[in-house]
Amino acid sequence: MSKKPKQKKEFKSNDFLIALSAVVLGLIAGAVLMAAIGSNPFEGFLYLFRGGLMNIERIGNTLATATTLMLVGLSVAFAFKTGLFNIGASGQMLVGGLCATLVAHHVFLPRPLYLVVLILSALLGGALWGVIPGFLKAKFNVHEVVATIMMNWIAYWSVYYFVPAYLKGPSLETESASIAVTQSLRTEWLTKMFHGSYVNLGIFVAIVAVIIVKFILDKTTLGFELKAVGSNRFCAEYAGIKVNRNVVVSMMIAGGLAGLAGLTFYTGYARNMQIGVMPSQGFDGIAVALLGASNPVGVLFSSLFFGMLQSGKGFMNAMTSVPPEIADTIIATIIYFTATSVLFKKFWDGVARKMTIRREKEVAAQEAQDAKDAQTVAGRLAEPSSGPDVSLHPSRESIGPVSGGTDGKEVK
Amino acid sequence: MPSKGVYSPMSHVIEMLHIRKEFPGIVANDDISLQVEQGEIHAILGENGAGKSTLMSILFGLYHADEGIIKVKGKEVKISSPNDATELGIGMVHQHFQLVHNFTVTENIILGKEGGFFLDRRNASKKIKALSEKYGLSIDPDMVIEDISVGMQQRVEILKMLYRDADILIFDEPTAVLTPQEIDELMQIMRNLVAEGKSIILITHKLDEIKAVADRCTIIRRGKMIGVVDVATTSQAQMAAMMVGRPVSFKVEKKTAQPGRVILDVHHLNVMNSKKVLGVKDFSLTVRAGEIVGIAGVDGNGQSELVEAITGLRPIESGAVSVAGTDVTHASIRARNEAGIGHIPEDRQKRGLVLNETVAANMVIKDYYHAPFSRHGLLKEDVIETYAKDVVKQFDVRSGEGIFSLAGKLSGGNQQKAIVGREMVADPQLLIAVQPTRGLDVGAIEYIHKQLVLHRDKGHAVLLVSFELDEIFNLSDRIAVMNNGELVDVVKTSETDEHEVGLLMAGVKGKEGAK
Repeated sequence: MSKKPKQKKEFKSNDFLIALSAVVLGLIAGAVLMAAIGSNPFEGFLYLFRGGLMNIERIGNTLATATTLMLVGLSVAFAFKTGLFNIGASGQMLVGGLCATLVAHHVFLPRPLYLVVLILSALLGGALWGVIPGFLKAKFNVHEVVATIMMNWIAYWSVYYFVPAYLKGPSLETESASIAVTQSLRTEWLTKMFHGSYVNLGIFVAIVAVIIVKFILDKTTLGFELKAVGSNRFCAEYAGIKVNRNVVVSMMIAGGLAGLAGLTFYTGYARNMQIGVMPSQGFDGIAVALLGASNPVGVLFSSLFFGMLQSGKGFMNAMTSVPPEIADTIIATIIYFTATSVLFKKFWDGVARKMTIRREKEVAAQEAQDAKDAQTVAGRLAEPSSGPDVSLHPSRESIGPVSGGTDGKEVK
Repeated sequence: MPSKGVYSPMSHVIEMLHIRKEFPGIVANDDISLQVEQGEIHAILGENGAGKSTLMSILFGLYHADEGIIKVKGKEVKISSPNDATELGIGMVHQHFQLVHNFTVTENIILGKEGGFFLDRRNASKKIKALSEKYGLSIDPDMVIEDISVGMQQRVEILKMLYRDADILIFDEPTAVLTPQEIDELMQIMRNLVAEGKSIILITHKLDEIKAVADRCTIIRRGKMIGVVDVATTSQAQMAAMMVGRPVSFKVEKKTAQPGRVILDVHHLNVMNSKKVLGVKDFSLTVRAGEIVGIAGVDGNGQSELVEAITGLRPIESGAVSVAGTDVTHASIRARNEAGIGHIPEDRQKRGLVLNETVAANMVIKDYYHAPFSRHGLLKEDVIETYAKDVVKQFDVRSGEGIFSLAGKLSGGNQQKAIVGREMVADPQLLIAVQPTRGLDVGAIEYIHKQLVLHRDKGHAVLLVSFELDEIFNLSDRIAVMNNGELVDVVKTSETDEHEVGLLMAGVKGKEGAK
């Protein structure tokens, strides 16, 4: 990495501050709602957060919930970066989960090798479900929102048919046979460490995915191309970048990430697949990506936060009169505030400007004071020495470092 | 230093006093004052990024000044949104038109001012027709925007302001997108407008336009006000010097060309345009190493299609294109770039830049994939940054945060300089420059013209497409004239004049037409 340019150090609104503002306002709105239905908001929040964090087992469950959201969030964020809206994460999750479940039932290998096969199966299943809309978009200009929604339902009904036909459980028609714990992503040391929670190896898959996606977007030529296509496909085309190929690749990677989310959900968090259920995480992931500003690290934190709300809401409902929908309302409100983040940006920029102006005035005052001091010093120094040029030096130096506010930009 | 006679302060329709506006890293307006008299055309002259557009955005309520006051018709006002500005009778024709393309002229004009629940298109249309006739705009209110020319679209923007009873009209670089004829028409329209009592603020960096229509001119340089001059008594050279801060030469110094081997060979080319009819017809042209060939023609006569076909943005129906001996007729865009094509595109915001990427990324947008900018698919950021800094420095691209600024935050002229810099520094064997100095001030034009000649003198070929005859004549060694998709004739610049080329542009071929 090279040196960053010397810049005025100043306050600037950034994505983190905006996301934080959205979260705080969302929580406040939740509090108002709780108060409006006659509950005590403090009590409500206490149990909401305790439900997500109060002991090691619940923290484990929060992590397990966040795992799936993180991967879906990454999937949506990745597609966003290429200017695509992947609303088909649910379907990609289902297919990824189905592939993983099949592997879990039929493939028996040494654990490390098995895990590789398991992860790859989900990755490929999801990627397949993503690459089809990508191809339709590239080849026939079918809008990806339409295509991915269709793919969701194809996945939904495929699972509906496939599970009873080939993976039927011993008792119920509506869900697949449970896979053995040893064939799932759960692992003894993690389960023990978190006192029997659902947390599983998926969390490591998700974190590695965050790192890889960040690396691809920031450091590789592939990421460079994807972002260029996402921001201005006409310029990308002009520059010789194959726009259509990038659309396909982007949807394939996004689908693969959502497939991994299916893996962590169906063979980690749960151990079977129910039919007739469209996984809502596929849509919650859009929220995660939005709050995380489509940034992989942002997605990591926003998925942890949403994971906590999701896993805490049941406890809040059990312990207080606050219905669990309040947690969903808070999530919805946060999304609303994230979507209107331009307002926060304006607000924080305004604050920043006022602070900068104030500080500049202080600096100016300080400078004037220093100059005066320096002059007196210089004046004293000048007496014994011979020329004014020597005596002026100390005053310049003393002003130099203080006047960092202007940085030589205004030299006419 | 207003040099016109004595006038009472009340005759000022607009006064902006001691305006200051700061952006992160840059002072866009530093104590600028502007006083516009009733019924005058007042030009604001300044280089790209000098702060002209910022000043006007403040007047139009898009930005808020950090310091300073605004008076309209003698009264101090606070303009916090374009709606406030409209209320005060201020209207603005933006550089990039704000029109709904599949609406008619009438619909566009009444948009936001429909009045009532039911649209009264008929009355509106009548009013628009009346206005159009009064000011000589010749607009048919029932035409759909996408079917009319750029010049007419601009007149629709003017009508929009008139419809809203604006009497102070701001024109933001209005001629940047116009053909010479359209420019003349616009000048006439402006004269009609002031004759009817309107006042006009004209933002531009084109001196001949100021000379042609403006009464007074406020000159801004790097965010500071340099002075106000009376246009009639000030020469173009004086104004240019005030604007740039040094004397500027308008003529390009160049030696006679020494054409070498053929670099671009276009052979019986046929290309479809967007309307699925032939936009380029049986077009053949060669450009040799060490020469600049200019393509003259009125906008829309197939120049865009020709350039897009050569650069690979548009498929070729029949014919062949080769670059430096490589046949690229069906090659990919990247293969063509690698064969040695550099391209300064016509539309800088659509094609030229990714606006929400950094300047650094934009500087390597064509070259990121190979050494030294990347290896094994990994970007080498330090190499990219050093390279970008170098280009930015060479071409004097000014921005708040240097190469880390988003391209979209640059002023239009600086965006253009960035593109020109990127294409020139890559040192292509064939440089296709489409309107390379569009939207630039004289200082930057001078620099880019010099660079184009230098590129030629290095032994490269340059194909120049411009709608400004001055530019074509200044730079070209040969001039190819296009009309209606066909090559009318190729003439040597030294053996022709603007009159002959003008006739050729109209499709009249041969010397006999000129006599």
